[in-house]
Amino acid sequence: MSDKIIQITEMNKWFGDFQVLKNINLEVEKNKKIVVCGPSGSGKSTLIRCINRLEEHQQGSIIVDGNELTEDTKDIEKIRAEVGMVFQQFNLFPHLSILDNCTLAPIWVKKMPKKEAEDLALQHLEKVQIADQANKYPGQLSGGQQQRCAIARALCMEPKIMLFDEPTSALDPEMIKEVLDAMVNLAKAGMTMIVVTHEMGFAKEVADEVIFMDEGMIVERAETKEFFANPKSDRTKLFLSQIL
Amino acid sequence: MKILNFLQPDKNNFNTYLYSGVILISLSIFIVFLNSFFNRDLVSFLPGSISFFLPLILGFIGLHLIRIEYSGLRFLDLINKNINTNNFNAFLSLIIVFVVIKSLPPLLSWFILDANIAGDSKDVCTGSGACWTYIKIWFNRFMYGMYPNAEQWRINLSFIALAFLGTIGFFATEKFKKYLTLYYVVVYPVIAFFFIFFFISGGPIFFDFSYGIIAAVISIILGFFIPSKFKMYYFIIVPITLYILLKYVFFYEELIELGKLEALEWVETGAWGGLSLTFIVSFFCLIFCFPIGLFLSLGRRSDFPIIKYFSIGMIEFWRGVPLITVLFMSSVMFPMFLPEDMFIDKLVRVIIAISLFEAAYVAEVIRGGLQALPRGQYDAAKSLGMGYWKMHILVILPQALKLVIPGIANTFLALVKDTPLIFVVGLLEIVGMLNLAKTNPEWLGFAMEGYVFASVLFFIICYAMSKYSYNLEQKYKTER
Repeated sequence: MSDKIIQITEMNKWFGDFQVLKNINLEVEKNKKIVVCGPSGSGKSTLIRCINRLEEHQQGSIIVDGNELTEDTKDIEKIRAEVGMVFQQFNLFPHLSILDNCTLAPIWVKKMPKKEAEDLALQHLEKVQIADQANKYPGQLSGGQQQRCAIARALCMEPKIMLFDEPTSALDPEMIKEVLDAMVNLAKAGMTMIVVTHEMGFAKEVADEVIFMDEGMIVERAETKEFFANPKSDRTKLFLSQIL
Repeated sequence: MKILNFLQPDKNNFNTYLYSGVILISLSIFIVFLNSFFNRDLVSFLPGSISFFLPLILGFIGLHLIRIEYSGLRFLDLINKNINTNNFNAFLSLIIVFVVIKSLPPLLSWFILDANIAGDSKDVCTGSGACWTYIKIWFNRFMYGMYPNAEQWRINLSFIALAFLGTIGFFATEKFKKYLTLYYVVVYPVIAFFFIFFFISGGPIFFDFSYGIIAAVISIILGFFIPSKFKMYYFIIVPITLYILLKYVFFYEELIELGKLEALEWVETGAWGGLSLTFIVSFFCLIFCFPIGLFLSLGRRSDFPIIKYFSIGMIEFWRGVPLITVLFMSSVMFPMFLPEDMFIDKLVRVIIAISLFEAAYVAEVIRGGLQALPRGQYDAAKSLGMGYWKMHILVILPQALKLVIPGIANTFLALVKDTPLIFVVGLLEIVGMLNLAKTNPEWLGFAMEGYVFASVLFFIICYAMSKYSYNLEQKYKTER
């Protein structure tokens, strides 16, 4: 368990004059589950958006699965195909049915035969328990169902890493559980995951490590138990005291 | 029986109110009706101003009497809810009804009762109504322009064939459904172009058309025996080879030398006209302006400065100049820049000019749709590993285009109604023909009939288009 699937060294990012990420150093090993938490505006989302280059970083290097993220778009597309992402706002394609949402990328990006892609999609939809909704459109589903579909859609590309950008923040409390369940199952199946979330229960249950970010810096990184039991920095203590 | 309070009708004396109200309204409408259709004034015994306003007053009181809420009668409730909600609305409703009744007799008499349609010369038009004979006599010209009468079957045949080929989508089986877009976007316009270029235009070039048809038919028949793996290459190579063989090896020499076959008579585009020209120009402009506009709209959002500024320049230039000057320049200025021996047909130049002009508008409409999409859609598509083109074709454009169907329909309707402007370069489509017929010394004074005729035709075309766009909207609606 020593191979590093994500290596970020000395990474800096600015939005105009404002520095969002400062000196980020982060290594993620295969099959690890990492939860990123922190107050809003601390750069958590930007960090994981940088990992599949939805945002460009200006300094330092990001190496994902042995490929460095550079200007070369061909490589970027290859890396993105290996890195699944789930968004806060689901971002399903509203003009396609649930099944088509899931098969679109496998068919067109991975050139998978249609039949095969559909079988795969149904398999993943079954895992997140919405296989019976396969022929509906996203607009007809509840938020929780949509988010689970988004997870299935990302899984259909058979990614090596899954990134979650506050997947439960736009959901009703009742629906949060069904999405978290799907994520827990995924974690147990051994997926490498980086999850930005405020769900500390989820962090305690699945995460190997927790990263706490504030003002664009990684303030603290620790094993999950360690992190909750005795946080080192004062900022982390303050945050935990407010959130727990 | 309870007390009747005529100022406040209620349900207690429902029937009394209803009957008296209905009688008053009927009476008022009857008076206006007699007045306007038979020129009889029932109330002429009253002083002038009172007799003029009497129907209005009677109807007003009648509507007041039947304004009973929740009466239980469905029709009455419907009226009360929609046109009789309060005194002011009742008043407006009455006025509208009276205006309609008043304006019916003159309209009817002009359009039908006093109109003439029989006969075949100007002399039969003696009545005060419309002279439809004029339309009847000029009908051929309005439809086909100066196209020779004997050759008009070519236009008819082409349009019928194209209409038939256009409806193929409805008959396609499941297996061929996925090729329909390709068919309508690429194959159909090409076929249409062949029909118009070779068949309607005619000339020796017609032989090419027939060779093409023969080559296509033979290759389709042979195509059934080819394994599907090679079909793609087959359908590119074989028809072209056959065509070249037919043209240069089998037929060409003999036909020219022996003169055995006569080609279709060549009809220059200057002679085309009327409604068929409207169709031809609109059809090709619609087909060309859409993809050009699409690329311009994508180009305007591009990250490459050259593409971006080229697109902006194109859009702003074509939007900034009036269509009439564009057409004029395309016919007068443009040939000056061409080498002397090079000649581009006037109709082709006009179609290119209108297409580019409308493409600028289409581009901005589509850009509106692109901007309406949330950024998350781009993120999601990118995160699944899609490149620029896959992202746009599979995710962004289907949604954006769906959003802008009303806007595109708007632009297309404007395009169809802009086609009469091609008269500035001497092409006479239907309105141009009307203007020509109007100035014919033998048929002076029938402009009205002509314009009504053209309006009706344009309305039918445009209404059909707008209905179709509405259907498309409904078809692609996937939101809750």
